[in-house]
Amino acid sequence: MPERIRVLVAKPGLDGHDRGAKIIARAFRDAGFEVIYTGLRQTPEQVVTAALQEDVDVVGLSVLSGAHMTLCPRIMELMKKERLDDVIVIVGGIIPDKDIAKLKELGVSEVFQPGASTEDIITYVKGNVGKRRHTSQP
Amino acid sequence: MVSRPGDNSPYNSLMAKNVRERAFTTISGVPVDEVYTSESVRDLDYTRDLGDPGQPPYTRGIHENMYRGKLWTMRQFSGFGTAEETNQRYRYLLEHGQTGLSVAFHLPTLMGYDSDHPMSEGEVGKCGVAIDSLADMEALFEGIPLDKISTSMTTNAPATILWSMYLVVAEKQGLPWDKLQGTIQNDILKEYIAEKTYIFPPRPSMKLIVDTFAFGTRYVPQWNVISVSGYHIREAGSTALQELAFTLYDGIEYVEWAWRAGLDIDTFAPRLSFFFNAHNDFFEEIAKYRAARKVWYKVMTERFHCKNPKSAILRFHTQTAGCALTAQQPYTNVVRVALQAMAAVMGGTQSLHTNALDESLALPTEHAARLALRTQQIIAHETGVANTPDPLGGSYFLERLTLDMEKGCFEYFDRLDAMGGMVAAIEQGFPQREIQDASYQYQKAVERKEKIVVGVNDFVVDEESSIDLLSIDESVAERQISRTRKVRESRDGSRCKAALESLGGAAAAGNLNMMPFVLDCVRAYATLGEICDALRAVYGTYEESIF
Repeated sequence: MPERIRVLVAKPGLDGHDRGAKIIARAFRDAGFEVIYTGLRQTPEQVVTAALQEDVDVVGLSVLSGAHMTLCPRIMELMKKERLDDVIVIVGGIIPDKDIAKLKELGVSEVFQPGASTEDIITYVKGNVGKRRHTSQP
Repeated sequence: MVSRPGDNSPYNSLMAKNVRERAFTTISGVPVDEVYTSESVRDLDYTRDLGDPGQPPYTRGIHENMYRGKLWTMRQFSGFGTAEETNQRYRYLLEHGQTGLSVAFHLPTLMGYDSDHPMSEGEVGKCGVAIDSLADMEALFEGIPLDKISTSMTTNAPATILWSMYLVVAEKQGLPWDKLQGTIQNDILKEYIAEKTYIFPPRPSMKLIVDTFAFGTRYVPQWNVISVSGYHIREAGSTALQELAFTLYDGIEYVEWAWRAGLDIDTFAPRLSFFFNAHNDFFEEIAKYRAARKVWYKVMTERFHCKNPKSAILRFHTQTAGCALTAQQPYTNVVRVALQAMAAVMGGTQSLHTNALDESLALPTEHAARLALRTQQIIAHETGVANTPDPLGGSYFLERLTLDMEKGCFEYFDRLDAMGGMVAAIEQGFPQREIQDASYQYQKAVERKEKIVVGVNDFVVDEESSIDLLSIDESVAERQISRTRKVRESRDGSRCKAALESLGGAAAAGNLNMMPFVLDCVRAYATLGEICDALRAVYGTYEESIF
């Protein structure tokens, strides 16, 4: 990877459960990524603005409150509007199986449910950031 | 059967599994010796360190006969959707033998927003029951006589408002407040440390809490005015020792603030209660509960010189560890919960919530909630562990762990004292960093397979049996928002406005007990969001620094 992978770890919605977000942010740093953590209670607009301003390759959303089917579609819509098509979006948290396909239809790259290992998430990001970068070339 | 090297029988791998060449530690990373003997507890003095059950320092329990006199309260934390739906669930649980209520509010309520606030979108009724105004609280307890049941409410930042709503519902049922029993969680320090559902900055938040102490001890004397909570600290990833030490130190902080505000310690201290997690490591957890009682006894008698013996008795609720549940092979959670609950009972808990098997994926279905309750009933009535107090007392291993837990706790107290107390320590990010480090270490240990989580990093199956989950759709939000709008339209607008203005004035004055003003707002059907807005205008809001 020529440049360091830049990741935005974001906590949208009212959910304050940040154990997972903090763990993955630290694991990404340990893996050599550049990590920007938004802090808590970000609106979809704030998340997308941060992704744009920080010029990230990856947005990692952590939602444990059950509001993911409201927050994630809004974020994906705003990402498209801002033409952040080459940024991959991954979601972690309490996401029931039945919602995974819907999230992927909206453009979410991958969903990591409880029990996912940081290793798997890092491997996924490394394997997919490059691919996106490559295919988004004209 | 003897297995030899080179033997290709399938037992080879079995034998390999039984050779456990690793460091033995508790789930919190505390080393465990190969064997414990009388030598291991040479420093233990029965009278000084344990005492009989019901005797200082209460290590062995707060009652002489513990559960022979009265079982713990079976209190399942519950709430989802609208007040009507949750009311149905309460009646269902009571019909099936639950003995206390525990209200889970949805996130907008806990963050001080009404259901129609833009920040509430997608969150209404999801993590708990939607409560915007007194009308919702009336519906929540419809048909439930509040003098016949004790109710715990996870209120935190808006504690004064939600408690006021409960008190007014009791008024409307014609019940005097001195007949009411229950608990408000009302513990803001652990919100800054761990759970993060805070609204106002620490100082005004502490003032509101002291107000509830003063009000409760005077007007609602059987109410526990706070539940100082380690549960969320543990869920955020702390060790057992950190959970214990930070929680008890939070307790110290509350006592000091109330004392400095002029309250008599022996009046309010008997109404303080605590709340701990029941995690997987059986003996470590029991040691934690036993040490908690002993350390609190020492704190109250030696640090605060209380005179009322009840001031030094630590009573606590326990909930099994949500963070220990697995999404994989969810039925294994039934077993985890049973063992965790057993630790809580052997540790002498006063009340208990057992998690449902599906709670790593959603709020529980009715069926899963009933099975969780049944787990407690089996422990109470079938296992025999409730027949005698502190049944594991005297175990060399357990007594060693209990002594070490106490020692570690006082070491943390010294560090926190040196920082200038818990509010100062939070501002410096100390407990937050300690917990984050512990949580990261644990995650790494799981990923290296130093700690095995059945179904997650070992004993994994490809095929998962799918289970039915409770789903809360957006029609809940529509119904809730329409009710709240009706409340705003039908109330006496000028009375409500005047009550909110008085509240703002009292907050600005700074030296008045806020409870009567909040009660007036609630009686006038001011919404929770409106009341919080009036307080936010004076107190401001808290934004955490990122540590």
